Amino acid sequence: YPYLWTLIEVEDLSDGCGAKISVIVVSEQFEGKPLLQRHRLVNSVLEEELKSIHAFSQKTLTPEQWEKLKNQPSETASVDLTTEF
Amino acid sequence: MASVIQKCTRSFFQTAVLKKPFSLAYFSTVSPKDQYEQMVKQNKVVVFMKGVPDQPMCGFSNAVVQIFRMHGVTNYDAHNVLADESIRQGIKEFTNWPTIPQIFIGGEFVGGCDILLQMHKNGELIEELQKVGIQSTLLEQEKKEE
Repeated sequence: YPYLWTLIEVEDLSDGCGAKISVIVVSEQFEGKPLLQRHRLVNSVLEEELKSIHAFSQKTLTPEQWEKLKNQPSETASVDLTTEF
Repeated sequence: MASVIQKCTRSFFQTAVLKKPFSLAYFSTVSPKDQYEQMVKQNKVVVFMKGVPDQPMCGFSNAVVQIFRMHGVTNYDAHNVLADESIRQGIKEFTNWPTIPQIFIGGEFVGGCDILLQMHKNGELIEELQKVGIQSTLLEQEKKEE
């Protein structure tokens, strides 16, 4: 991909009912894009993988937003946002 | 209630198709796309979820129900994708979105649970609801506190 993607954190929340993955992605490509478009970007990159994942959750941030968030560890710890298939 | 309507629709469809072949032509003009477009415009807020609002069958669908409850939004259309496999696949194709739940406000696709939660946190949800004429009860509470 021609853009810089940084995968900050992958959390494996898998339990009895299948693979559950939670990710934080930081990219300049998210700049000026609404959340829906950011999530669509990540979805399209992971199109094949998502078919075999039971639940997938994402946090999409610009480098600037990530810098701010990094200074608030309590915020990053609460990545419990999730979506199921 | 919704499932009763679905069953009725299905049996009507079968009857219509089996007994009156000409009506098939009528039904075939309603493409799946049109069908979902109508569905998502049927109410100001429409949710495709696992289970029903009174009994969500997964944590993420439950999160959506809880968020709307916080805003005093209870009168929305909820389609249980576990009750109908064709809707479960159909809505994913319609929105080109791979996950459930899926939320629509004013007929527009908003996103999944992650996005709704984010919008709830940054106040955007109150604005979006206002655009379709729904006053969030959280907004009323804020006003009272001021």
